[in-house]
Amino acid sequence: MGQPITVTVNGEQRSAEVEPRLLLVHFLREKLRLTGTHIGCDTTHCGACTVLVDGTPVKSCTMLAVQADGQQVTTVEGLMTAGALHPIQAAFKEEHGLQCGFCTPGMMLTSVALLKDNPDPSEDDIRWALSGNICRCTGYMNIVKAVKSAAVQMKAAAEVPAATAAARS
Amino acid sequence: MAVETPLKGNIGDSIKRKEDDRFIRGKGNYLDDIVLPGMLHMSINRSPFAHARIKSINTAAAQAVPGVVAVVTGELLAQHKLAWMPTLSGDTQAVLATDKVRFQGQEVACVIANDPYVARDAAALIEVDYDVLPAVVTPQQALQAGAPLIRDEKEGQKDNHIYHWEAGDKAKTDEAFAKADRVVKLDTFYPRCHPSPLETCGIVADVNPATGHATLYMTSQAPHAHRTLFAIVAGLPEQNIRIISPDIGGGFGNKVPIYPGYVVATAASLLIGKPVKWVEDRRENLISTGFARDFHMSGELALRNDGRMLGLRVKMLSDNGAFYADAQPTKFRAGLFHIVTGSYDLQAAHVETDGAYTNKAPGGVAYRCSFRVTEASYLIERLVESAALEMKMAPTEIRLKNFIKPEQFPYMSATGFEYDSGDYPRAMQLALDKLGYQELRKEQAEKRKKGELMGIGVASFTEVVGAGPGKHYDIAGLRMFDSAELRVHPTGKAILKLGVKSQGQGHETTFAQIVTEELGIPAVDIEVQEGDTDNTPYGLGTYASRSTPVGGAATAMVSRKLRDKAKKIAAHLLEASEADIEFDHGKFFVRGSPSKSKTIQDVAFAAYTNLPDGLEAGLEGVTYYDPPNMTFPFGTYLVVVDIDRGTGQVKVRRMVAVDDCGVRINPMVVEGQIHGGLTEGFGIAFMELITFDEEGNCIGSNFTDYLLPTAWETPKFEMGETVTPSPHHPIGAKGVGESATVGSPAAYVNAVIDAVGHLGIRNIDMPVTSDKVWAALNEKGAAE
Repeated sequence: MGQPITVTVNGEQRSAEVEPRLLLVHFLREKLRLTGTHIGCDTTHCGACTVLVDGTPVKSCTMLAVQADGQQVTTVEGLMTAGALHPIQAAFKEEHGLQCGFCTPGMMLTSVALLKDNPDPSEDDIRWALSGNICRCTGYMNIVKAVKSAAVQMKAAAEVPAATAAARS
Repeated sequence: MAVETPLKGNIGDSIKRKEDDRFIRGKGNYLDDIVLPGMLHMSINRSPFAHARIKSINTAAAQAVPGVVAVVTGELLAQHKLAWMPTLSGDTQAVLATDKVRFQGQEVACVIANDPYVARDAAALIEVDYDVLPAVVTPQQALQAGAPLIRDEKEGQKDNHIYHWEAGDKAKTDEAFAKADRVVKLDTFYPRCHPSPLETCGIVADVNPATGHATLYMTSQAPHAHRTLFAIVAGLPEQNIRIISPDIGGGFGNKVPIYPGYVVATAASLLIGKPVKWVEDRRENLISTGFARDFHMSGELALRNDGRMLGLRVKMLSDNGAFYADAQPTKFRAGLFHIVTGSYDLQAAHVETDGAYTNKAPGGVAYRCSFRVTEASYLIERLVESAALEMKMAPTEIRLKNFIKPEQFPYMSATGFEYDSGDYPRAMQLALDKLGYQELRKEQAEKRKKGELMGIGVASFTEVVGAGPGKHYDIAGLRMFDSAELRVHPTGKAILKLGVKSQGQGHETTFAQIVTEELGIPAVDIEVQEGDTDNTPYGLGTYASRSTPVGGAATAMVSRKLRDKAKKIAAHLLEASEADIEFDHGKFFVRGSPSKSKTIQDVAFAAYTNLPDGLEAGLEGVTYYDPPNMTFPFGTYLVVVDIDRGTGQVKVRRMVAVDDCGVRINPMVVEGQIHGGLTEGFGIAFMELITFDEEGNCIGSNFTDYLLPTAWETPKFEMGETVTPSPHHPIGAKGVGESATVGSPAAYVNAVIDAVGHLGIRNIDMPVTSDKVWAALNEKGAAE
């Protein structure tokens, strides 16, 4: 029998009746047709299914949809704002941080969470934060570069309004 | 005459990738993203035993589950003559087991249901009564007298031996060994590993019951070849089969074979009349689909006292699993393993190979390498390291002494390959300079005095990639040419359609760049399409680093074909003789007056609007390119490691990779390919292992047991390049997708052996894990 849940996905409230055993990743992919979240291993190792649940990276292949009831979920489809790429998306393209693209959504979401907690991460910080996300194509070097580059972009973007505000006061 | 070249995307330009725009937005279209109306889902019941006779299969409980549409068994398939299928190596493979199961994870029965969860539940309810038989888990065991016969269903098969294949000259090699001052020997095992692309394999089979048309969405590295094989296996008329390979989440060889799941899903769709989806989970991927390596190798090098190599003798025993399903050209029973003479001028070589059936998964694929070149490169580079150690020569010195010299190209090898071009000393010197080799040797000597273990590994590999030529190389009889179709539209924009299929290599960008170079149309104006057999010219697909050597050559040739026609049109527009027309970067002009010119866009428009009399309309063409030879990428990789005597832990401090893949189309993409290969090589050298217990249970069936490198372990790479163009390739490129996986494992392991060789340790088989290193140290009394 279905259990009613309401999850805010990419800012939009989505309600559904789901089987209690339905995995969050299947809820996102099959019920909401948000197929940017991928499945790579089923056992929480590869991170292809990483989404943000209330801002924290979670592997959606080992979380039930009912556990996400009442929470905020962000998927790759929710990264853009007002038609503009998130700096992490732009940086992954710019630094050639992806090849087949299958791990990319999970990599980017984990990176977004890292940069929120740590806006100026060292190389080791980045590598450690991403160590739950496997990439088989890139060898990680360009992913690390992309995260560093996004950090710089985001810092600059954050400083511009602050400087403008300071100049006005 | 100099003409301005403002165009972007010529060969050598690191333009950003066109395909990324959809991937960074989560808008790729991978197999599992495909949903068709009325689509059903398939789940497979697999054997828990490595070797067992099937006494009975009871599907009643599965069939009774609400939502189950059908249960398919081998018996049902046998009624349609589909219980067995041919393999890529001319053997047969069970689609669903009817008599025995021959490896753990073998496909036994399938459930088709209206929901994937229901299909899985029901598959677990299928009751199979097994009579367990003794399992054969090594090829040595398989070839012993009295070993259980695995392929008892095969007529005339009296033992577990599959093939014997030789290359080179035995008598000449024996002679070389007789003259040698010394012989250095190395026995090594290249263990079974798995390509493990992040996306597993899958299919959505959609057979229209009214028309008989089958649209098969498949994770396929070779959609055209698969279409033909499907026509042969399933008996469907080939014009009714359309294979669409969507975005592929990594391949590395795993998506070259045809797997039983594809066949059952197609048969089920045909019988039921609805689309059927099957997507493997990771466990299924690791235990049943295309493994790699599993070569037991023994090499002997005959040397003079001054370090000159006189001959090479190699014996190799391959473990092919329960069905000989290796993906490789028909003539070559052990793939291209006979490239084992590597970068060295070996006048005599003899290679003897044998294969054996075991109760393990079938389908040997070349995990990011060209048909077993990886194993060959590993053996020779490890053997040279052994020789250097035993002869107390520097590993660089023995290599320099024996390299094929630049002036010897084209070079005919003792096992029958004609190497196209190379400059091995130059690549090695550049790598040594980048590393600061001499300084590190001093540091190593200092450290050794203090009892600290540090090693510098060298590997100077040579690959053979880019098959054809078609007269020697084929897949299941299909010649290994490849194709490109180019259509330039009236507005000067173009579509390029290819027979190869990207799995992340960036074809949509790099192949457009070849057209840009040849025709001057900006890369941004060229759409590249692949993977749909109804919509692209026939080709053999992407593996064995063949896309650029073969498909890239086809692209250059079709562009030149169109350029020749464009010249005629330009002559007409410029009111000049065709013989006087010159072309430079997208502009046609009359020799001597470059100011009077027509762009490729002008000419394209005229091809549809203003043609000279007698010329066919349009600016479109297709080329099927059969390469005259293979290409031979090479390079030198250097690795520095530090080893903890207390734990055996190996830390890769530095890794310098100098690659020569000929002309680089997009250097950014080339470097990305090398990074990926160096990482997979690192994983193979230190982490990745699919192994089995004595009952044939697969250890390595998930990512807890089968370890893949993450960002944390993976070393940082320092890159270098030399460029020695291939003389026979239209743009001088050689292919680069696999060089780093081929060359790097030996460099990593040689670094470990370099650190511990002075203690008398000559070999540690991969994966070189801490426990193995510690045990080796401990045996020599050198562990802490």
